[in-house]
Amino acid sequence: MISLETPKKFQVLVDQAHQVAQEILRANSRKYDLAEHTYPKELDMLAALIDGMNDGGSTGGAGAAGVRGSDDGDEGNKNGSNMATVLGVIEMCWGDVGLLLTMPRQGLGNSAIASVANDEQLKRFEGKWAAMAITEPEAGSDSAAIRTTAVLDEETGEYVLNGEKIFVTSGDRADLIVVWATLDPSKGRAAIKSFVVERDNPGLKLDRLEHKLGIKASDTANFVLQDCRVPKENLLGSPEIDTKKSFAGAMKTFDNTRPLVAGMAVGVARAAIERTRELLAEAGVEVDYDVPAHKQSAAAAELLELEADYEAALLLTLQAAWMADNKKPNSLHASYAKAKAGRSATDICLRCVALCGAVGYGEDELLEKWARDAKILDIFEGTQQIQLLIIARQLLGLTSAELK
Amino acid sequence: MAIGLRALNRVAGLEVLDRIGMRNRAERLLYSATKNGFRAADAVGRRFNGKQKLDGAKRQSTGKRATQFDLTPTDEQQMMREAVGDFAQEKLRPAAGDADAACAAPAELLEQATELGIPMLGVPGELGGAFEERSATTSFLVAEQLARGDMGLAVAMLAPAGVGTALGLWGDADQQGTYLGEFAGEKPPAAALALLEPRAMFDPFELQTTARKDGDGYVLEGVKSLVPRAADAELFIIGAALDGNPALFIVEANDGGIAYEAEPAMGIRAAGTGRLTLSGVKVPANRLLADGDPAAYRECVRLGRLGWCAVAVGTAQATTDYVKEYVNQRTAFGEPISHRQAVAFTVANMAIELESMRLTALRAASRADQGLDYAREVALARRLATQKGMQIGSDGVQMLGGHGYTKEHPVERWYRDLRAAGLMEGVLVL
Repeated sequence: MISLETPKKFQVLVDQAHQVAQEILRANSRKYDLAEHTYPKELDMLAALIDGMNDGGSTGGAGAAGVRGSDDGDEGNKNGSNMATVLGVIEMCWGDVGLLLTMPRQGLGNSAIASVANDEQLKRFEGKWAAMAITEPEAGSDSAAIRTTAVLDEETGEYVLNGEKIFVTSGDRADLIVVWATLDPSKGRAAIKSFVVERDNPGLKLDRLEHKLGIKASDTANFVLQDCRVPKENLLGSPEIDTKKSFAGAMKTFDNTRPLVAGMAVGVARAAIERTRELLAEAGVEVDYDVPAHKQSAAAAELLELEADYEAALLLTLQAAWMADNKKPNSLHASYAKAKAGRSATDICLRCVALCGAVGYGEDELLEKWARDAKILDIFEGTQQIQLLIIARQLLGLTSAELK
Repeated sequence: MAIGLRALNRVAGLEVLDRIGMRNRAERLLYSATKNGFRAADAVGRRFNGKQKLDGAKRQSTGKRATQFDLTPTDEQQMMREAVGDFAQEKLRPAAGDADAACAAPAELLEQATELGIPMLGVPGELGGAFEERSATTSFLVAEQLARGDMGLAVAMLAPAGVGTALGLWGDADQQGTYLGEFAGEKPPAAALALLEPRAMFDPFELQTTARKDGDGYVLEGVKSLVPRAADAELFIIGAALDGNPALFIVEANDGGIAYEAEPAMGIRAAGTGRLTLSGVKVPANRLLADGDPAAYRECVRLGRLGWCAVAVGTAQATTDYVKEYVNQRTAFGEPISHRQAVAFTVANMAIELESMRLTALRAASRADQGLDYAREVALARRLATQKGMQIGSDGVQMLGGHGYTKEHPVERWYRDLRAAGLMEGVLVL
């Protein structure tokens, strides 16, 4: 039966996440926006709570590891860990995107490990906080062009990593960093592998922390890898250079994490719309859903327009998660969700600031902060333009050589 | 959400299946639907009596709550969608250009739509309908598929269904006994539910068409605009203000005092749109629907908007599919134009917004079926159908350039049709 409502069994999870977002994330939003690079210690207790929620099992795993999915073998429709995770993320980002991004043990690296690690690795890295290091100064969206090298030292059984990594979310706070490096720069994307590097590895040197437009609660680290030695057991996936499969394996993480970033965008967009609705109501403007938009005030009509984009972003995100839970290939729909949610959140938050005038622009409200935070969601995990490329290539059946 | 064996039987028995070569698929669907647990066949035969004495108003069953997020149609919905989809592709699409020019839907196609069960979507089983459960979602999927063939023809076919659904939802025993059975018959009446009036800033909750009490009955005055099949319609449901509150009245074409004139418009021309002028139309007391309940009128407006969302999704899908193929074939500067980001990204955006429109409207439909409030969801879906639907229509012409501007390709018609979705009211009550 077609229904696009929040699954009944996740309502408790959503309510809990909302409370946390309200009482802990929202309560500390402005504090860590102003105190960039300060570790939000309030999150330590919260992270323990989330660990407990994940281990409890009833939610199906609402954290970063939820993307691994579960095989409970049930017949018929499934609402599983992908759906639970994305619902949790939406609520948390209604609270604060930056704080969610720096939630201990909920890093993108944790999602990568959950997606592709073998059982031994899963066990070994359990309970650790893992960041993700892909981007390089000369390789952003073009992750196949990364130049960080990994050379196997047969004598010691270690890979030796050399290169430079930038934009590593929570890189200085995490226990582990999942580093993408190439086994052979001449062999293109197939040779790119991910390696788990301990943060205290002496070959991993912090270069600096970025000063950013938004999500300031979340630190963004730049690293230099200098003869950084990691045991070969820390390579995620197969060490073989298989031109057919390898890169696809690495990219598989993105099919599962793109809906999460879309969920972040949905959360912050909802925050902006809700607050704007309150402020407009104080100014005497309320949306009537039955009266035609052209018969309402321009502000009401605009809010309706923004809410429509929000609704579409939400439903595309839930659709992508639902497809993942039901083992339907969702690469195309994950990109639909990411593209729509990323651009809509930015547009919604910016227009909410404008609708609320000086109040929206000032720091007494969080609207201006949300507008700064939202912009990153249309950039990381694949920019708007990259999503459009992915979508267009799939729809039109074109290769990356044909549609550049 | 079982359509029931009547619908399966009806579809499986259609000659049209053989003509369009989908017999095997229909049988496969029938098999799988039956396998998955169907109720035993009860009263398969249909009744055709126009004047029945009912012991009370009949309703399709409603309000089943879902516990899961699920985008999978039921087997029955899937079967209906495929049957109607094939019909739309095989029959409506090829006829669309001529029907657009003629401002009329071919009688043969309207008959085939009747065979498919479209006019009886909202008719309860006791009155010969095939669909046991009230389902705006099923109607949505049907409307979407029809409009994927052609929006104008879809509107011509769905207009009687809209009246049937309104009578199914709000008609009393007397009204249903008089009219509703006809919609499940072999010759359902040409009918339309008319709310729209010809003026800028129209608001369906502030009607200029009026009804005033006159003895035992009412007298209606006013003008209704862009009424599908106005020329041959036998039955109307007319929105008119009664004591300042909008209400729905059943009006027969031969009630007297109704003047008709053709009102061809930018698009949906195959629906044969016309303008009705009601001058002192006298109707008996039992023609007021739902006792003038404002909640029923409000729901009628919402369900009508949902219907226009459904046809916008169908036509936007047709446009997107057509453009995808064209840009891969058309070459310029030595390669297919799809190899250029300016073109490819436009196609990507068409697909994203199409899916946005579909999901948002489907949520509204499924909430209606579950007995949840859906005013907000309909408003948001309409907003997207208006804005994104039109953008898709415009991009459709743009991607074909000068060729898209000519009648050599259907995109110019879809451009004209898609403009209707944001301004029409009533008619397509799902």
